[in-house]
Amino acid sequence: METLDWIEVGAKAGFLVIVLLQVVPMMVWVERRGSALMQNRLGPNRCGPLGLLQSLADVVKFLWKEDPVPGHVEPFYYVLAPLVSVVPAFMTFAVIPFASSIQLGGRTVQFQVADLNVGLLYVFSIASLGVYGIIMAGWASNNKYTMLGSLRSSSQMISYELSMGLSVIGIIMTFSSVKLGDIARQQGQLITQLGPFALPEMLQIPKWGIFVQPLGFLVFLVAVFAETNRLPFDLPEGESEIVAGYHLEYGAMKFALFMMAEYLNMTTASGLLATLYFGGWQLLPGMAWILHGVQDLFGLTGVYAEWARVLFEGTSFSIKVAFFMWLFVWVRWTLPRFRYDQLMDLGWKVMLPLSLGNIFVTAILIYYGWV
Amino acid sequence: MNISPFFFYGFGGIAIACALLVILGKSPVSSAFSLVMVFFSFAGIYALLDAHLIAALQIFVYAGAIMVLFIFVIMLLNADVPTFDLGRTHLGIRIVAGSISLATLLIFIWAFKETPLTAPVAQFTPENIEAAGGNTQVVSELMFSEYLLPFELTSVLLLAAIIGAVAIAKRKLAAGRS
Amino acid sequence: MLLKKKKSFLQEFYLIEIIKGLMITMKNMLFSPKVTIQFPEERRNYSDRYRGMHYIKATNGVENCTACMLCPTVCPAECIHIEAGERPDKEKYPVKFEIDLLRCCFCGMCEEACPKDAIKLSNIYEMSTTHREVYDKQFLLEQRGNK
Repeated sequence: METLDWIEVGAKAGFLVIVLLQVVPMMVWVERRGSALMQNRLGPNRCGPLGLLQSLADVVKFLWKEDPVPGHVEPFYYVLAPLVSVVPAFMTFAVIPFASSIQLGGRTVQFQVADLNVGLLYVFSIASLGVYGIIMAGWASNNKYTMLGSLRSSSQMISYELSMGLSVIGIIMTFSSVKLGDIARQQGQLITQLGPFALPEMLQIPKWGIFVQPLGFLVFLVAVFAETNRLPFDLPEGESEIVAGYHLEYGAMKFALFMMAEYLNMTTASGLLATLYFGGWQLLPGMAWILHGVQDLFGLTGVYAEWARVLFEGTSFSIKVAFFMWLFVWVRWTLPRFRYDQLMDLGWKVMLPLSLGNIFVTAILIYYGWV
Repeated sequence: MNISPFFFYGFGGIAIACALLVILGKSPVSSAFSLVMVFFSFAGIYALLDAHLIAALQIFVYAGAIMVLFIFVIMLLNADVPTFDLGRTHLGIRIVAGSISLATLLIFIWAFKETPLTAPVAQFTPENIEAAGGNTQVVSELMFSEYLLPFELTSVLLLAAIIGAVAIAKRKLAAGRS
Repeated sequence: MLLKKKKSFLQEFYLIEIIKGLMITMKNMLFSPKVTIQFPEERRNYSDRYRGMHYIKATNGVENCTACMLCPTVCPAECIHIEAGERPDKEKYPVKFEIDLLRCCFCGMCEEACPKDAIKLSNIYEMSTTHREVYDKQFLLEQRGNK
C-alpha cells in the first residue's frame, strides 16, 4: 500500500470511530427519554437543553468513579472482558459503506473503510467474537449469577447466529455478491418484473433487500435482536432473574464499556439492516429531487456537486440507521422478555426452518429468473 | 512499505505463546480462551497470505462457533481443575510420551525442510484469483463444480456424526427412564 | 385455574400483535399526558391530614404546652424529650422540648395524646438534612400550619 492509501484508510477509520463514539451517549439519552415518554414520564430533562448533556454528566461520573477489582475474581480475564466486548463492536463497522464513491485527484475514494471480498463473512465472524466478552466476564467474575448469564448468552448466540447467517444467504443469492459495497450499489436498480410479468414504469420500485427478501428481512431482524442481547432477548442480563447477568460484578468505566459495546452492536446491526435490506446509502424517495434542487440552487458543479451527493447519501444512510436504532429502543420498551425455553423454541423450531425455506424459495425464484 | 514479516512473526509468536498457555493453563476455561487466541492468530496469518476467505471462516467457524460451544460445555459441566488433574503419572510413561512428541516434532521439522518453500500454485496465483472475482468466488465455484462430490460426502459424514451423537444421547436417556 | 385460550393463527404468529403493541407504546409516547411532577418548580400538595414536620402550637406567642409528659409517654419511638419548669405565674411549661428526628416515626400519637392541642404535625414533607437533626423548642415554636 502506498502512503496515500494509508492516509485514506486512517482518515476513514478515524472518522468512523469518532462518529460511533458520539452515537453511544446519544443513544443512552434517546433510550432514557424514549422509555420515559412511553411510560408517561418525562425522563432526564435538566442537564442542558432537553437533557442532552445528561450523558456527558454520566460519562464524567463513570470516569471519576473508583474502579475496584473485587477480591474473588480472576483479575486478568476480569479486566480483559470489557475490552473484548468493545473491540469487535468497533471492528464490524469497517465493511459497512456509508456513502458511494467519489473521484478525488484521479483516485476513487470509497466511503467504506475496507471493501473486503469476504464482506459479509467478515461481519459475521467478528460479530461472533463479541460473545467472548460476555462469556469471559461471566466466568471471570466467579459468581453464580454472572455464570448463568454467560451460559445463557453463549447458547443464545449459537442458536441465533445460525438463522442470522442463513437468512442473509437469500440476499447474497439475489445480488450474487458478498461484498457489502456491491450489495448496496445493486440496490439502486429497479424491480422491473413481478414474477413472470413485467411491471409498468410507474410501479417500478428500487430493488431494496426488503422488497426482494421480506422473509429474510424478518428472520434477520429477529436474529439481530437476539445477537445484540436486546429485549425481548436480553436473557444474559435478565434483571429480574439473575440480577444483572454477566456484568453484575462490574462497576465504573468497566461497566460503561459493556454499555458502550451494547450500543455499538446496536449501531452496527442497524447499519447492516440498512445496508442489506434498505438500500444502504441509496437516497430515500424524494431526496434525489431535493439534491438536484440544492445543486441547481447553489450552482454546484464538478467536485462540489459530487460532495453534495456524498453528503446526501451519508444523510440517507444515517436516517435509515437512526430508524433502526429507534426500533431497537421502541421494541425494548414494548415487549417483555422471553422465557428461556421459548427463546430456544423460537430459534431452532421457527427461525431456522424459516431461513432454510427462504433460501429454497429464493433459489427457485432465481432459477426461473424472477428476481 | 512491506510490513508483512513483522505481522507474520507477531501472529506466529502469539499463536505459539497461546498454544503453550492452552496446555499449561490451570483452568480449562482459560485454556479454551487461549485456544481462541491461537485460532485468531492463525486467521491473521491466513489473511497475510491473501486467503481472506479462509481467515474469515477460521474465525467464524472455529473461534465463533466451535469454541463458544466448547466453553459452553466446559462451564455447563463445571469442569474444574480436579477433573483434569490426573495426578502424578509414572516416570516411564512420561519418558515415552516425551520422546514420542519430540520425534514427531523432528519429523515435522524434517518434512518442512524438505518441502520447497514455494508450493506449486498452478493457475491460482493472486493476480489470477483477483481477476476471477476474488477468493470467495473462486473457492465457491470450485467447491460447487469440481469438488462437489467430496464436499457433499463431507456433509454426509457430518450428518452421520450428528445422527450418531443423537442416537447415543437418546440411548442413555432411554436407559435412564426404564 | 389456568385457562389456555385458543388463539387464532394470526395471534400465534405474533407479528401483528407485536406491531399493535408498538403502536400502543408510540401512542403513549406522543399523546398521553405526562404524570411527572417537576419537583422544585411544581410541588405536590398533600392533604391536611398528612403527618410531616412537627411544631408546637402557640397562642399569643406563648406555647400551649404545659409539659404534662403525655406525649413522651405515648411516643413509641421515644423521640420526645421534655424538661419541665415553672413560670412566674406558677404555670408549668417546658424549659426544653426536643424531638429527635432520626427516631421519630411520624405516627402522630403525640398529636392525639396532647390534651392542650400543643404538639402538631404539619404537612411540610421536605425534611432532608445533611446532619442528625434534633428539633429544639425554638425551632418547634415556628407556626408551620394551622391545625
